[in-house]
Amino acid sequence: MHEFSIASAVVDTAVKHAQGRPVTVVTVRCGRLRQVVPDSLHFAFGIVSKETVCEGATLEFELVPARLRCEACDSEWEIEQPIFRCPTCSTAEVTVLSGEELEVDSIEVAQDEEAECIA
Amino acid sequence: MHRVKVRVVEDALDANNTIARANRDDFDRAGVTVLNIMSAPGAGKTTLLERILRDGIGDLRIGVLEGDVQGSLDADRLAHLHIPVTQLNTDSGFGGECHLDANMVRSALPSIPLDDIDLLIVENVGNLVCPAEFHIGEDARIMVASVAEGDDKPGKYPLMFRTVELVVVNKIDLLEHVDFSMERFDSFLDAVHPGVERMQVSARTGEGVDALRDWLARLPDRARAATA
Repeated sequence: MHEFSIASAVVDTAVKHAQGRPVTVVTVRCGRLRQVVPDSLHFAFGIVSKETVCEGATLEFELVPARLRCEACDSEWEIEQPIFRCPTCSTAEVTVLSGEELEVDSIEVAQDEEAECIA
Repeated sequence: MHRVKVRVVEDALDANNTIARANRDDFDRAGVTVLNIMSAPGAGKTTLLERILRDGIGDLRIGVLEGDVQGSLDADRLAHLHIPVTQLNTDSGFGGECHLDANMVRSALPSIPLDDIDLLIVENVGNLVCPAEFHIGEDARIMVASVAEGDDKPGKYPLMFRTVELVVVNKIDLLEHVDFSMERFDSFLDAVHPGVERMQVSARTGEGVDALRDWLARLPDRARAATA
Protein backbone atom coordinates (compact mmCIF):
# COMPACT_ATOMS: atom_id res chain seq x y z
CA MET A 1 0.00 0.00 0.00
CA HIS A 2 2.84 2.38 0.68
CA GLU A 3 5.01 1.34 -2.25
CA PHE A 4 4.80 4.87 -3.70
CA SER A 5 6.42 6.32 -0.57
CA ILE A 6 9.13 3.69 -0.73
CA ALA A 7 9.65 4.11 -4.48
CA SER A 8 10.07 7.87 -3.96
CA ALA A 9 12.63 7.24 -1.25
CA VAL A 10 14.45 4.74 -3.48
CA VAL A 11 14.54 7.19 -6.41
CA ASP A 12 15.77 10.02 -4.14
CA THR A 13 18.57 7.81 -2.80
CA ALA A 14 19.56 6.65 -6.29
CA VAL A 15 19.53 10.19 -7.68
CA LYS A 16 21.74 11.36 -4.83
CA HIS A 17 24.35 8.68 -5.50
CA ALA A 18 24.11 9.03 -9.28
CA GLN A 19 25.46 12.58 -9.09
CA GLY A 20 23.91 13.56 -12.39
CA ARG A 21 24.83 10.38 -14.28
CA PRO A 22 22.05 8.36 -15.98
CA VAL A 23 20.99 5.37 -13.88
CA THR A 24 20.52 2.03 -15.64
CA VAL A 25 19.86 -0.31 -12.69
CA VAL A 26 18.71 0.19 -9.09
CA THR A 27 19.06 -2.83 -6.80
CA VAL A 28 16.81 -2.94 -3.74
CA ARG A 29 17.16 -5.57 -1.00
CA CYS A 30 13.92 -6.23 0.80
CA GLY A 31 13.61 -8.54 3.79
CA ARG A 32 10.91 -11.19 3.86
CA LEU A 33 9.46 -9.59 7.01
CA ARG A 34 8.80 -6.23 5.35
CA GLN A 35 5.44 -5.52 3.80
CA VAL A 36 6.47 -4.57 0.29
CA VAL A 37 4.77 -6.07 -2.77
CA PRO A 38 7.41 -6.35 -5.57
CA ASP A 39 4.96 -5.74 -8.42
CA SER A 40 3.58 -2.65 -6.71
CA LEU A 41 7.08 -1.36 -6.10
CA HIS A 42 8.04 -1.89 -9.77
CA PHE A 43 4.90 -0.07 -10.83
CA ALA A 44 5.46 2.82 -8.44
CA PHE A 45 9.14 3.07 -9.37
CA GLY A 46 8.26 3.39 -13.05
CA ILE A 47 6.05 6.34 -12.30
CA VAL A 48 8.11 8.11 -9.67
CA SER A 49 11.35 7.86 -11.64
CA LYS A 50 10.00 9.84 -14.58
CA GLU A 51 11.92 13.03 -15.31
CA THR A 52 14.76 11.99 -13.02
CA VAL A 53 18.08 10.38 -13.92
CA CYS A 54 16.41 7.09 -12.94
CA GLU A 55 13.88 7.23 -15.77
CA GLY A 56 14.07 4.01 -17.73
CA ALA A 57 16.22 2.27 -15.12
CA THR A 58 15.56 -1.35 -14.25
CA LEU A 59 14.57 -1.96 -10.64
CA GLU A 60 16.11 -5.18 -9.37
CA PHE A 61 14.38 -6.54 -6.32
CA GLU A 62 16.26 -8.99 -4.09
CA LEU A 63 14.14 -10.72 -1.49
CA VAL A 64 16.19 -11.46 1.63
CA PRO A 65 15.06 -14.54 3.58
CA ALA A 66 14.11 -14.18 7.24
CA ARG A 67 16.75 -15.92 9.34
CA LEU A 68 16.45 -16.12 13.10
CA ARG A 69 18.84 -17.21 15.85
CA CYS A 70 17.98 -18.55 19.26
CA GLU A 71 20.13 -16.91 21.95
CA ALA A 72 19.41 -19.77 24.34
CA CYS A 73 20.52 -22.76 22.24
CA ASP A 74 22.39 -21.07 19.33
CA SER A 75 20.32 -22.67 16.58
CA GLU A 76 19.66 -20.68 13.42
CA TRP A 77 16.80 -21.23 11.01
CA GLU A 78 14.81 -19.62 8.24
CA ILE A 79 11.10 -18.83 8.59
CA GLU A 80 8.33 -18.59 6.03
CA GLN A 81 5.59 -18.01 8.60
CA PRO A 82 5.78 -15.26 11.24
CA ILE A 83 6.65 -17.50 14.17
CA PHE A 84 9.31 -16.08 16.46
CA ARG A 85 9.87 -18.95 18.85
CA CYS A 86 12.80 -21.36 18.69
CA PRO A 87 11.74 -24.63 16.99
CA THR A 88 14.40 -26.47 18.96
CA CYS A 89 13.98 -25.24 22.53
CA SER A 90 10.77 -23.16 22.28
CA THR A 91 12.15 -20.04 23.97
CA ALA A 92 11.36 -16.57 22.77
CA GLU A 93 14.95 -15.30 23.08
CA VAL A 94 15.12 -14.96 19.34
CA THR A 95 17.18 -12.49 17.30
CA VAL A 96 16.34 -11.58 13.72
CA LEU A 97 19.56 -12.02 11.70
CA SER A 98 18.05 -10.99 8.38
CA GLY A 99 14.66 -10.29 6.87
CA GLU A 100 13.94 -6.80 8.21
CA GLU A 101 16.06 -4.81 5.78
CA LEU A 102 14.69 -2.45 3.15
CA GLU A 103 17.63 -0.84 1.45
CA VAL A 104 18.99 0.49 -1.78
CA ASP A 105 21.97 -1.84 -2.17
CA SER A 106 23.58 -0.40 -5.28
CA ILE A 107 22.96 1.46 -8.51
CA GLU A 108 24.50 1.11 -11.95
CA VAL A 109 25.22 4.33 -13.81
CA ALA A 110 26.40 5.16 -17.30
CA GLN A 111 29.64 7.06 -17.17
CA ASP A 112 31.83 8.74 -19.82
CA GLU A 113 35.14 6.94 -20.51
CA GLU A 114 37.12 10.12 -19.85
CA ALA A 115 35.47 10.93 -16.52
CA GLU A 116 37.15 8.16 -14.52
CA CYS A 117 37.23 9.86 -11.17
CA ILE A 118 34.29 11.61 -9.56
CA ALA A 119 35.00 13.40 -6.31
CA MET B 1 30.13 5.28 -22.12
CA HIS B 2 30.52 2.39 -19.75
CA ARG B 3 28.52 1.09 -16.83
CA VAL B 4 29.72 1.65 -13.30
CA LYS B 5 28.27 -0.02 -10.25
CA VAL B 6 27.97 2.30 -7.27
CA ARG B 7 27.62 0.74 -3.83
CA VAL B 8 24.92 2.50 -1.85
CA VAL B 9 23.73 0.30 1.04
CA GLU B 10 21.32 2.86 2.42
CA ASP B 11 18.07 2.17 4.23
CA ALA B 12 15.21 3.09 1.88
CA LEU B 13 13.54 4.83 4.78
CA ASP B 14 16.73 6.65 5.77
CA ALA B 15 15.23 10.04 4.91
CA ASN B 16 12.16 9.31 7.01
CA ASN B 17 14.30 8.14 9.92
CA THR B 18 16.46 11.25 9.72
CA ILE B 19 13.37 13.42 10.00
CA ALA B 20 12.04 11.20 12.79
CA ARG B 21 15.27 11.86 14.74
CA ALA B 22 14.87 15.60 14.15
CA ASN B 23 11.31 15.36 15.49
CA ARG B 24 12.59 13.44 18.48
CA ASP B 25 15.21 16.10 19.18
CA ASP B 26 12.53 18.79 19.13
CA PHE B 27 10.30 16.75 21.44
CA ASP B 28 13.19 16.07 23.85
CA ARG B 29 14.17 19.74 23.91
CA ALA B 30 10.60 20.64 24.85
CA GLY B 31 10.43 17.80 27.40
CA VAL B 32 7.51 16.12 25.59
CA THR B 33 6.99 12.35 25.60
CA VAL B 34 5.35 11.04 22.43
CA LEU B 35 3.08 8.03 22.04
CA ASN B 36 2.14 6.63 18.61
CA ILE B 37 -1.17 4.75 18.82
CA MET B 38 -2.11 2.58 15.85
CA SER B 39 -4.88 0.17 14.92
CA ALA B 40 -7.19 -0.93 12.14
CA PRO B 41 -10.00 1.51 11.33
CA GLY B 42 -12.77 1.32 13.91
CA ALA B 43 -10.87 -0.56 16.62
CA GLY B 44 -11.69 2.22 19.07
CA LYS B 45 -8.60 4.44 19.36
CA THR B 46 -10.55 7.70 19.50
CA THR B 47 -13.19 6.33 21.89
CA LEU B 48 -10.46 5.03 24.18
CA LEU B 49 -8.74 8.40 24.11
CA GLU B 50 -12.01 10.17 24.85
CA ARG B 51 -12.57 7.87 27.82
CA ILE B 52 -9.05 8.25 29.23
CA LEU B 53 -8.64 11.96 28.60
CA ARG B 54 -12.04 12.80 30.08
CA ASP B 55 -10.58 12.05 33.52
CA GLY B 56 -7.02 12.99 32.60
CA ILE B 57 -3.78 11.11 33.15
CA GLY B 58 -2.59 12.19 36.59
CA ASP B 59 -1.16 15.68 36.39
CA LEU B 60 0.14 15.28 32.88
CA ARG B 61 -0.62 18.01 30.37
CA ILE B 62 -1.77 16.18 27.27
CA GLY B 63 -1.82 17.13 23.61
CA VAL B 64 -3.23 15.07 20.74
CA LEU B 65 -2.20 14.94 17.10
CA GLU B 66 -4.96 13.33 15.06
CA GLY B 67 -3.95 11.67 11.79
CA ASP B 68 -6.65 10.94 9.24
CA VAL B 69 -6.84 10.90 5.47
CA GLN B 70 -9.41 13.63 5.54
CA GLY B 71 -11.78 15.58 7.73
CA SER B 72 -11.64 16.62 11.36
CA LEU B 73 -14.17 14.16 12.78
CA ASP B 74 -11.76 12.73 15.34
CA ALA B 75 -10.40 16.12 16.39
CA ASP B 76 -13.98 17.38 16.71
CA ARG B 77 -14.84 14.47 19.00
CA LEU B 78 -11.99 15.41 21.33
CA ALA B 79 -12.63 19.16 21.23
CA HIS B 80 -14.77 19.15 24.39
CA LEU B 81 -11.85 17.85 26.43
CA HIS B 82 -10.17 21.28 26.44
CA ILE B 83 -6.77 19.92 25.52
CA PRO B 84 -4.78 21.02 22.48
CA VAL B 85 -5.81 18.83 19.55
CA THR B 86 -4.23 19.24 16.11
CA GLN B 87 -5.75 17.54 13.08
CA LEU B 88 -3.35 16.38 10.39
CA ASN B 89 -4.93 15.32 7.10
CA THR B 90 -2.79 13.24 4.79
CA ASP B 91 -4.79 14.42 1.80
CA SER B 92 -3.74 18.04 2.37
CA GLY B 93 -0.65 18.11 0.25
CA PHE B 94 0.53 14.61 1.03
CA GLY B 95 -1.49 12.70 -1.56
CA GLY B 96 -3.89 10.97 0.82
CA GLU B 97 -1.33 8.66 2.40
CA CYS B 98 -2.61 5.77 4.43
CA HIS B 99 -0.20 6.36 7.29
CA LEU B 100 1.62 9.15 9.09
CA ASP B 101 5.31 9.54 8.44
CA ALA B 102 7.99 11.68 10.05
CA ASN B 103 7.71 14.43 7.45
CA MET B 104 3.98 14.85 7.96
CA VAL B 105 4.38 14.97 11.72
CA ARG B 106 7.20 17.51 11.35
CA SER B 107 4.92 19.71 9.25
CA ALA B 108 2.38 19.72 12.11
CA LEU B 109 4.89 20.67 14.82
CA PRO B 110 4.34 24.45 14.55
CA SER B 111 0.65 23.91 15.43
CA ILE B 112 1.38 21.85 18.53
CA PRO B 113 2.05 23.84 21.75
CA LEU B 114 5.03 21.70 22.77
CA ASP B 115 5.99 24.00 25.65
CA ASP B 116 2.55 23.56 27.22
CA ILE B 117 2.31 19.76 27.18
CA ASP B 118 4.09 16.79 28.77
CA LEU B 119 2.65 13.95 26.67
CA LEU B 120 1.72 14.07 22.99
CA ILE B 121 -0.56 11.29 21.82
CA VAL B 122 -0.38 10.76 18.07
CA GLU B 123 -3.44 8.90 16.85
CA ASN B 124 -2.28 7.37 13.57
CA VAL B 125 -4.39 6.70 10.48
CA GLY B 126 -6.50 3.56 10.90
CA ASN B 127 -4.49 0.89 9.10
CA LEU B 128 -2.84 -2.34 10.25
CA VAL B 129 -0.20 -2.35 7.52
CA CYS B 130 1.68 0.84 6.67
CA PRO B 131 1.88 2.86 9.90
CA ALA B 132 4.04 0.10 11.37
CA GLU B 133 6.76 0.87 8.81
CA PHE B 134 7.16 4.57 9.53
CA HIS B 135 8.72 5.94 12.68
CA ILE B 136 7.73 9.49 13.48
CA GLY B 137 10.02 10.34 16.41
CA GLU B 138 7.87 8.69 19.08
CA ASP B 139 9.01 7.33 22.47
CA ALA B 140 6.52 4.47 22.50
CA ARG B 141 4.27 2.63 20.08
CA ILE B 142 1.10 0.81 21.07
CA MET B 143 -1.73 -0.67 19.09
CA VAL B 144 -5.40 -1.36 19.69
CA ALA B 145 -6.99 -4.58 18.45
CA SER B 146 -10.72 -5.10 18.91
CA VAL B 147 -12.49 -8.38 19.55
CA ALA B 148 -14.76 -7.58 16.63
CA GLU B 149 -11.82 -7.94 14.24
CA GLY B 150 -11.08 -11.63 14.64
CA ASP B 151 -8.60 -13.45 16.84
CA ASP B 152 -6.14 -14.32 14.04
CA LYS B 153 -5.01 -10.79 13.26
CA PRO B 154 -1.53 -11.11 14.84
CA GLY B 155 -0.78 -13.93 12.43
CA LYS B 156 -1.92 -11.88 9.45
CA TYR B 157 -0.29 -8.55 10.35
CA PRO B 158 2.90 -9.59 12.09
CA LEU B 159 4.82 -6.35 11.58
CA MET B 160 2.20 -4.23 13.35
CA PHE B 161 2.00 -6.62 16.29
CA ARG B 162 5.80 -6.89 16.49
CA THR B 163 6.58 -3.19 16.32
CA VAL B 164 4.53 -2.24 19.40
CA GLU B 165 5.30 -2.73 23.09
CA LEU B 166 1.66 -2.96 24.21
CA VAL B 167 -1.38 -4.53 22.56
CA VAL B 168 -4.66 -3.19 23.91
CA VAL B 169 -7.56 -5.56 23.21
CA ASN B 170 -10.67 -3.39 23.11
CA LYS B 171 -14.43 -3.96 22.98
CA ILE B 172 -14.32 -6.83 25.48
CA ASP B 173 -17.91 -5.92 26.32
CA LEU B 174 -18.78 -7.59 22.98
CA LEU B 175 -17.06 -10.93 23.73
CA GLU B 176 -20.30 -12.84 24.24
CA HIS B 177 -21.55 -11.65 20.82
CA VAL B 178 -18.52 -12.42 18.67
CA ASP B 179 -16.53 -15.53 17.75
CA PHE B 180 -13.31 -14.29 19.32
CA SER B 181 -11.23 -16.59 21.44
CA MET B 182 -8.86 -14.66 23.72
CA GLU B 183 -6.81 -17.85 24.09
CA ARG B 184 -6.41 -18.18 20.31
CA PHE B 185 -5.55 -14.48 20.02
CA ASP B 186 -2.91 -14.80 22.77
CA SER B 187 -1.47 -17.84 21.07
CA PHE B 188 -1.12 -16.02 17.72
CA LEU B 189 0.34 -13.03 19.53
CA ASP B 190 2.85 -15.19 21.43
CA ALA B 191 4.05 -16.74 18.18
CA VAL B 192 4.55 -13.36 16.50
CA HIS B 193 5.70 -11.27 19.46
CA PRO B 194 6.36 -13.62 22.35
CA GLY B 195 5.62 -12.13 25.75
CA VAL B 196 4.47 -8.70 24.52
CA GLU B 197 2.48 -6.80 27.13
CA ARG B 198 -1.27 -6.82 26.55
CA MET B 199 -4.39 -5.44 28.24
CA GLN B 200 -8.07 -6.08 27.87
CA VAL B 201 -10.35 -3.06 27.93
CA SER B 202 -13.73 -1.74 27.01
CA ALA B 203 -13.71 1.92 26.02
CA ARG B 204 -17.48 1.77 26.18
CA THR B 205 -17.96 0.42 29.70
CA GLY B 206 -14.63 1.62 31.10
CA GLU B 207 -13.50 -1.87 32.13
CA GLY B 208 -9.71 -2.11 32.25
CA VAL B 209 -9.24 1.52 31.19
CA ASP B 210 -7.61 2.60 34.45
CA ALA B 211 -4.79 0.10 33.91
CA LEU B 212 -4.14 1.72 30.53
CA ARG B 213 -4.32 5.16 32.10
CA ASP B 214 -1.68 4.10 34.66
CA TRP B 215 0.51 2.67 31.91
CA LEU B 216 0.36 5.97 30.03
CA ALA B 217 1.04 7.92 33.23
CA ARG B 218 4.38 6.13 33.60
CA LEU B 219 5.59 7.03 30.10
CA PRO B 220 7.24 10.41 30.79
CA ASP B 221 9.31 9.05 33.71
CA ARG B 222 10.35 6.13 31.59
CA ALA B 223 11.33 8.39 28.70
CA ARG B 224 13.35 10.61 31.07
CA ALA B 225 15.15 7.56 32.49
CA ALA B 226 15.98 6.40 28.97
CA THR B 227 17.61 9.68 27.98
CA ALA B 228 19.41 10.15 31.31
